[in-house]
Amino acid sequence: MNAASDTGKGPQAERADVVIVGGGPAGLSAARELRRLGAGTVIILERDREAGGIPRHCGHYPFGMREFKRVLRGPDYARRLVGAARKAGADIRTQSTVTAIGRQGRVEYTTPEGPMVLQARAVLLATGVRETSRASRLIGGEKPGGILPTGALQGIVYLNGERPFSRPVILGSELVAFSALMTCRHAGIRPVAMVEPGVRPSAFSLSRLLPLAMGVPYLSGTAVQAVLGRERVEEVVILHDGDTSSIVADGIIVSGGFRPEATVAVTSGLAVDPGSRGPQIDQFGRIEDSVCFATGNVLRGVETSGWCWSEGRRVAHAIVAAIRGQLPEDNGTTVQIGEGPITLAVPARLSNGSDAVPAHTHLQMRLDRPARGVVQLMQAGKVIASRSVNSLPDRRILLRLPGNMSPTNGAFELVFREA
Amino acid sequence: MNADRENVFDVAVIGAGVVGCAIARRFTLDGARVVVVEKAADVLDGASKGNSAILHTGFDAPEGSVEVRCMKEGYRLYREIRQRLNLPLIESGALVLAWNREQLSELPSLMERAHANGVTDVEELSRAQILKLEPNLSEQVMGGFRVPGESLIDPWSSAHAYLLQALENGAELRRNSEVTGGSFSNGRWRIETTGGAIEAGTVVNAAGLFGDVVDQRLTGKSWYQIRPRKGQFVVYDKPAAALADHILLPVPTKTTKGIVVCRTAFGNLLVGPTAEEQEDRNHALLDRETMLGLIAKGEEVIPALRSHEVTAIYAGLRPATEEKDYRIRSDLAENYICVGGIRSTGLSAALGIADHVAEISGREARPLADPVWPQMPMLCEYESRDWQEAGNGGVVCLCELVTRREIENAMTGPLAAGSMGGLKRRTRVTMGRCQGFHCSAELARMTEGRLGQPMLAQTCGKKTGREKTSQ
Ligand SMILES: Cc1cc2nc3c(=O)[nH]c(=O)nc-3n(C[C@H](O)[C@H](O)[C@H](O)COP(=O)(O)OP(=O)(O)OC[C@H]3O[C@@H](n4cnc5c(N)ncnc54)[C@H](O)[C@@H]3O)c2cc1C
Ligand SMILES: Cc1cc2nc3c(=O)[nH]c(=O)nc-3n(C[C@H](O)[C@H](O)[C@H](O)COP(=O)(O)OP(=O)(O)OC[C@H]3O[C@@H](n4cnc5c(N)ncnc54)[C@H](O)[C@@H]3O)c2cc1C
Repeated sequence: MNAASDTGKGPQAERADVVIVGGGPAGLSAARELRRLGAGTVIILERDREAGGIPRHCGHYPFGMREFKRVLRGPDYARRLVGAARKAGADIRTQSTVTAIGRQGRVEYTTPEGPMVLQARAVLLATGVRETSRASRLIGGEKPGGILPTGALQGIVYLNGERPFSRPVILGSELVAFSALMTCRHAGIRPVAMVEPGVRPSAFSLSRLLPLAMGVPYLSGTAVQAVLGRERVEEVVILHDGDTSSIVADGIIVSGGFRPEATVAVTSGLAVDPGSRGPQIDQFGRIEDSVCFATGNVLRGVETSGWCWSEGRRVAHAIVAAIRGQLPEDNGTTVQIGEGPITLAVPARLSNGSDAVPAHTHLQMRLDRPARGVVQLMQAGKVIASRSVNSLPDRRILLRLPGNMSPTNGAFELVFREA
Repeated sequence: MNADRENVFDVAVIGAGVVGCAIARRFTLDGARVVVVEKAADVLDGASKGNSAILHTGFDAPEGSVEVRCMKEGYRLYREIRQRLNLPLIESGALVLAWNREQLSELPSLMERAHANGVTDVEELSRAQILKLEPNLSEQVMGGFRVPGESLIDPWSSAHAYLLQALENGAELRRNSEVTGGSFSNGRWRIETTGGAIEAGTVVNAAGLFGDVVDQRLTGKSWYQIRPRKGQFVVYDKPAAALADHILLPVPTKTTKGIVVCRTAFGNLLVGPTAEEQEDRNHALLDRETMLGLIAKGEEVIPALRSHEVTAIYAGLRPATEEKDYRIRSDLAENYICVGGIRSTGLSAALGIADHVAEISGREARPLADPVWPQMPMLCEYESRDWQEAGNGGVVCLCELVTRREIENAMTGPLAAGSMGGLKRRTRVTMGRCQGFHCSAELARMTEGRLGQPMLAQTCGKKTGREKTSQ
């Protein structure tokens, strides 16, 4: 790091009660609630020019049903959240990229003026998600311009008023792919096909009608093998039923496959869950062996903004309890996920229960294939919670957690008994 | 012939790959008026676009070859000048590892060759010693030796630095200028390019994958044929770099050095390259099955890679020929030097090749008394970076921590980026795990109208965000 400076902003850490990393819906709602609960100084560090998170560049509906009881466009929704957090007294610092988080609350971040350090009593990680890139999906071919995740497309269209291509292929059919469709429509871009590797759309089944209604061919069971073109995308090679063919296109939107943007957590050595790939938390949102908490989409793939907003609000209660020494001891042990379709559980660690409102009253799960049966949370061979499930992959499944549990009674295991 | 003075040079270097960049530097520092002609919109667009970025000692190069001489000299010179140009050097050392009995039996002869090549500090290691040095390595390893001098560098900043030093000391760069033909008369060359004609006393052909084609166009003959050999890579995200300290090399076979697992100067971990012969000189296609094979190979070497994410993929083409050694020759035509077949060690050897070429050119050197030494932006993960400095303008690319100031600087000056690819090589912007999810919009704004090849097609005039456009 830099040599000491005499401005007081060098290695001398500025103090705060709570530092929130990431100013999206989750971080903003947590900030507002923290201030309302009297948590003291609350500072949000947001790397972007403006706070608001992903909704800031979603110029489409629907946002805000849960929070404001009305349907808003992303940017309007983001402005309201920012306004509410500011009004409650949160200090929002933009162009502030967090580069390291210490277990004991030291937060290093960099700004246009150089690096800064904060020392907090509690740190909340709310850094959201990103989509899986073309590289991570090992799509072959060349590396021309015009390959974009939906997030990037939206920024370019809604913030810049630009059109990066005119006849792209959309890869994926999660909800976000439909947001890509709407963005294309808004910008006068005409997708030439929507391609989904699975046999059914990942989003609700009616949604295949939307591309059809917009005159965009929908190809399921089809993988993208390669992208060709030297400067710009020229062709997209697809594989369907063992046959390859190619689609003439000038771009490709690589949508979905969300994963937590947990890099700061990983590089700072905070516990990361192998299932969700986000920070591993207990039911109070705590990250093991630290004063750090996590909330919102960074906990697992994508949820709606309303969901993340309420997660943020609830973790605020846990943080305040922690600062006041009212949370039970952090003695959480990891929930082992048994054989079967369950891919992740949040929280993946369970500590002693408490009457203080836990941030997570439910265990949240997802499956990797359609399945029917009973899901059971076991401890020392006994079922402590269970429910029946009939779900498609990647849908949210909730299992209510017993209030009075304790890891001292034995190891936790999550099992799926298929019908 | 009466060309403008501004198109008359002492030396014309054809091709701005790492080799051409180093040659341009050498002749410029020797007092010549140099022009570099490059057909692409930016430099480093050929073989030098994608390699393993290892600064080789030459320990396993063919004994007595031109290659080993140039590598050893290139290695020495890089270490000599790199601090003055602000270039990184990661002295990781390499481990050559045997995974079966046959490979184990080849270790002694490899170590002998290292000694014959003057790399005398190689050190034999037991299996236990190896696992102690590299605790994440698979226990299947049987033995090996350490080559302390093998190092990692930044493959693009180094080449940019060589060329920039030439440019700041008077050389010229002509991009978008493909050499199409030429003739020699009255002791001078006239070279036709798609960007206009030039005259030069001496011509150096450093056209990499098109070396034989340029020989044909200028001299009507060529004495070798390029046989492109593709190498594909997968690159893991930064946390994986903690899994390997050394460069992990297999025992080489007759045709290839084999699949390497090593860190990069940018703090990632790479696995590659493959060695696949092909006809096509223009396209290095990535293949899904091959990449899956590389991932499997990586996990064989370091099992813990299983829980790490691949965040980048790329492929490069080696300008190989029918023979192993470099094809450097000065007798094809008068005042003409062909520097061909710089196959798989050109990054290490470039500065050595440049000296060798200057020597055989027969040109008298009148070294510049006080040449300018440009300072390169430091992109190495293991050094202090711009985001740690005041006045950086803010971080634009979150994954690689690229600042607004770094991007601005890369778009100005005599070696300003000429394409999006060129901007990435100069700054690493969008080269990280999100591949543009976060910063594409901001980047599009910053680069609008400033790169020869724009990032975006057109505006759609439907701005809805109430943003103030930057600056
Ligand atoms: C294309 C798209 C369309 C969507 N459409 C809808 C919709 O129509 N309706 C809906 O309800 N939901 C929608 N969603 C989901 C919604 O955007 C998310 O649920 C919500 O934004 C999650 O909030 P968050 O605060 O957890 O994360 P984010 O909104 O992702 O915010 C995270 C913030 O953290 C910042 N950050 C990250 N790393 C750092 C760091 N190191 N230092 C400082 N700051 C950092 C980021 O810049 C960002 O501002 C959509 C999502 C996408 C991608
Ligand atoms: C997979 C792989 C891994 C490698 N790993 C390493 C390593 O770890 N260490 C190492 O030392 N080396 C390595 N190398 C080798 C190194 O990358 C090459 O030796 C080196 O890049 C060759 O550079 P060059 O300048 O000769 O060719 P190029 O980079 O191809 O440069 C030639 C230039 O000439 C231009 N050109 C062509 N025709 C014309 C024309 N008619 N008119 C004008 N311009 C023209 C091209 O556009 C190009 O820019 C590796 C190579 C590959 C492919």
